[in-house]
Amino acid sequence: MSEVAEVIEEPVVAKVKEPSEPLLSKRRRRIVSDPLNEDNPITVQVLGICSALAVTVQFKPTMIMSIAVVFVIVFANLITSLMRNLIPNRIRIIVQLAIIATLVTLVSEVLKAYSYEMYKVLGAYVGLIITNCIVMGRLEAFAMANKPYDSILDGFGSGFGYAWIILVVAFFRELFGGGTVFVGTPLEFDVYGSLSSLFGTALKTNGLMVDSIGAFMLLGIIIWIQRTKNGYVEH
Amino acid sequence: MRQSNLYVILFAIGLTVVFGGALSLTSVGLKPLQDKQVELDTKKKILGAVMDISTIEDPNEILNIYNDKVKSIVVDINGDEIETDEKGNPIIAEEVNIQKNYKIDPQDRSYPVFMVAGADGKPEFYIFPTFGAGLWDAISGYVAFGEDLNTVKGVAFDHVGETPGLGARITEDNVQGRFIGKEIFNDQGELVSITMLKGEGHTGLGKHEVDGLSGATITAKGVNVMLAKYLECYSEFIRKTKMQKMASL
Repeated sequence: MSEVAEVIEEPVVAKVKEPSEPLLSKRRRRIVSDPLNEDNPITVQVLGICSALAVTVQFKPTMIMSIAVVFVIVFANLITSLMRNLIPNRIRIIVQLAIIATLVTLVSEVLKAYSYEMYKVLGAYVGLIITNCIVMGRLEAFAMANKPYDSILDGFGSGFGYAWIILVVAFFRELFGGGTVFVGTPLEFDVYGSLSSLFGTALKTNGLMVDSIGAFMLLGIIIWIQRTKNGYVEH
Repeated sequence: MRQSNLYVILFAIGLTVVFGGALSLTSVGLKPLQDKQVELDTKKKILGAVMDISTIEDPNEILNIYNDKVKSIVVDINGDEIETDEKGNPIIAEEVNIQKNYKIDPQDRSYPVFMVAGADGKPEFYIFPTFGAGLWDAISGYVAFGEDLNTVKGVAFDHVGETPGLGARITEDNVQGRFIGKEIFNDQGELVSITMLKGEGHTGLGKHEVDGLSGATITAKGVNVMLAKYLECYSEFIRKTKMQKMASL
């Protein structure tokens, strides 16, 4: 019975004996690079908007959020892909959710034990990772039907595609909303403060940027620039 | 077979056992480390209210400084020292759970007092823990007063889930620094606490006022309520300690 299932699930091409695919073949490079730009989870697929608005007030928490999401998405993709032939179709969504929730809880437990400071910063976002539709979207759309290695690559692609957008948004929100860049990191710099002392007049920060509306506007601008460049049109 | 009810049920049970087991093992295995981190964090916050310990990397060094300098007692609402709880067990100030105490009647709470010794060995700072509600979740803090039990020498606020960049700014040094030098008693000797104003960028602040947080009015209000309520609860202790000081002069 299981042998029959195997044959059905194997793609037709695989029957012809091919030389094994190089580790970073063109197709695999595209798995990673597509979500960075042309198929970006935030700006093109419009997923994960909630956390893109909520956590991007400052750069540092955004960075921690990005690292956590990349970690969760890569490992969730890997585990789902390894189990893809065992997961019953009817409960696959809840299984995916269980995988994600387990990973997220593990991350927060380990952080609490080894890096309490980080745990406190991250604490509020843990729930947001579980509900981040990008993670579940990738499990459902990719890992359920692809091999483990490709799934890991896909995880990295989508994870970084998500990360770079929210990092750009966070950079500008912090700059215009707080007048600083990279607060809490070694690169911390008070831009408005130094500009003020340079010109002798105090610069006012923009309260709109601190609000989620600011993130919406920045996201809109990023999408605009990106779509103009790529010539993307809604179908 | 993969779609049969039996398979689905067995799969679900197996998954629950494996994931649940992995999580419980991690949780139990990491518990001692986590407890140590929480203890270190508490002591760091207490010390952090009066001195800069951000440059000290070694956790043991922080614990040494703490043991060396900090003397702690627990008082009740009347300002009298209590040594045992209702069951007769000794109370340790560091182990008093402020969050649990917050939920019971102020009359029945245990109030830890941390005294940091100065160079001459006498208490130089008095530190009171506080607890309250922010916008999304609990906020807490350690407020340090000088010898006069009136002037704030430092605060260390913490929060569970305030918005980063807005309410969460109460943990930032430049916000906490606004409290230093402020006083909680007015010229008539009445307790007035310290109020965080609405909006940011105020000038000409009084000695009971601090500049607010733009975009985080509710959190600032939470801080105000937290301070006012807890200082009220500690006011008997403050009064009695002041009287003792007067008597010993």
